[in-house]
Amino acid sequence: MRTTGWLPARIAAVRPTTSHARVLTLDVPGWPGNDPGQHLDVRLTAEDGYQAERSYSIASSGPGERVELAVDTVPDGEVSPYLVEVAEVDDMLEVKGPLGAYFVWHESDTDPVQLIAGGSGIVPLLAMARAHDRAGSAAPFRLLYSVRTPDDALYRDEILDLAGRSVDLTWAYTRAAPEGWPEPVGRLTPDRVAAATWPPARHPLTFICGPTRFVEAAADAMVAAGHDPARVRTERFGG
Amino acid sequence: MASFTRGFGSRRREAEPDLPPGQYLTTDFPVLSAGPTPRIPLSEWSFSIRTETGETARWSWDEFTALPSEEVSTDIHCVTRWSKLGTSWRGVALDTLFDDVETSFDYVMAHSYGGYTTNVPLDDLLGGRAWIAYEFDGEPLDPEHGGPARLLVPHLYFWKSAKWVRGLVMQQHDDPGFWEQNGYHLRGDPWLEERYW
Ligand SMILES: Cc1cc2nc3c(=O)[nH]c(=O)nc-3n(C[C@H](O)[C@H](O)[C@H](O)COP(=O)(O)OP(=O)(O)OC[C@H]3O[C@@H](n4cnc5c(N)ncnc54)[C@H](O)[C@@H]3O)c2cc1C
Repeated sequence: MRTTGWLPARIAAVRPTTSHARVLTLDVPGWPGNDPGQHLDVRLTAEDGYQAERSYSIASSGPGERVELAVDTVPDGEVSPYLVEVAEVDDMLEVKGPLGAYFVWHESDTDPVQLIAGGSGIVPLLAMARAHDRAGSAAPFRLLYSVRTPDDALYRDEILDLAGRSVDLTWAYTRAAPEGWPEPVGRLTPDRVAAATWPPARHPLTFICGPTRFVEAAADAMVAAGHDPARVRTERFGG
Repeated sequence: MASFTRGFGSRRREAEPDLPPGQYLTTDFPVLSAGPTPRIPLSEWSFSIRTETGETARWSWDEFTALPSEEVSTDIHCVTRWSKLGTSWRGVALDTLFDDVETSFDYVMAHSYGGYTTNVPLDDLLGGRAWIAYEFDGEPLDPEHGGPARLLVPHLYFWKSAKWVRGLVMQQHDDPGFWEQNGYHLRGDPWLEERYW
């Protein structure tokens, strides 16, 4: 699917998914559809013509002119606080995409998949987990999701639902865990990554997404555990 | 004509005169690559240029760092929209490396340890516009920034500045490299916003 030019998009629905993140559904006439894991660019235009562009992963996939995004507030940021706190249904913006043909999962692929998300890095990985679930894919899926606290998990309810059905799920908490949580609280260590992911002998295809430092640490841990670097794909959100 | 986005603009960033359109200024050094960071021992490192006849010029680390090098102070622009101004590097100019290379091909494929590739027109590498850099800010280049050595083509988006570069292969056509096959523009001029296909 090739990149389009800028397409007008109307916000069709908004709903909070944490106290600081929001799911936005866009109506994009002419949207060509997208693969799970791709992203798009959003362009906002102020009334005086001033513009800002940012990239956002797409939580939805497949054909159709509806596109779902999830945006987490970067305190002090320019675009994310607008999308999370100000934008409302029927507001207009523009999108360009879908972008990226590498950080994608294909339904026909039956190899085991390891997803590793930090914070809002869950968005493209959720698109993959949703596509996998919808397709009834035979590929074994595992998800390791690192968040600060239980309340900071984007799509928490849906992820728990998928975990009951088609994805093996491990939570990691960096600041505070639910009461009685057996695992240590804090940044992921190589040992914890190795314990919560497929062993190298299963030759999984690994997708890692989140803030740059998180992605770097998780990718290093997978390589240290013996995974082929060519099978470890990363998407860095910056920050 | 763009539609206005109601209520947007209150937190606008000031425009930076030195920045290409759509870029914002950063003071740290973000790391962006397609996969994990390769770590290459200097004893195993080499750099080569291969032409259409199969002739290959090759340098070991010691040979490479014995070549005349230049200090480069330059702005860099990443396609993910950050720019960093006045970065300082040391490296060997591609002009120096191509002094002894005979080729009639106009395009180059840069190859990296770890398998990354990116295509660049030869013209974009010559004329004092590109280097193989091995120092950043007076220190050996960190692995996460492409050390031991990376291509540095600052007038193009930074994905062209292949990290962990191991060699260049001359090619007749501007065949796409890794990101170019995966959605990014064949050339990548930040001032023209050549981001995507
Ligand atoms: C491929 C890709 C996919 C992404 N997907 C998602 C996603 O699904 N969900 C999501 O929430 N995010 C995603 N992101 C991150 C997103 O693109 C934005 O970076 C994020 O929303 C922050 O944008 P912002 O405008 O709010 O912050 P910015 O205004 O860009 O600020 C970011 C940081 O830089 C600082 N800063 C920036 N410019 C200046 C300046 N001029 N002066 C001072 N400080 C400055 C800010 O203080 C802040 O700390 C993705 C990024 C990429 C590259």
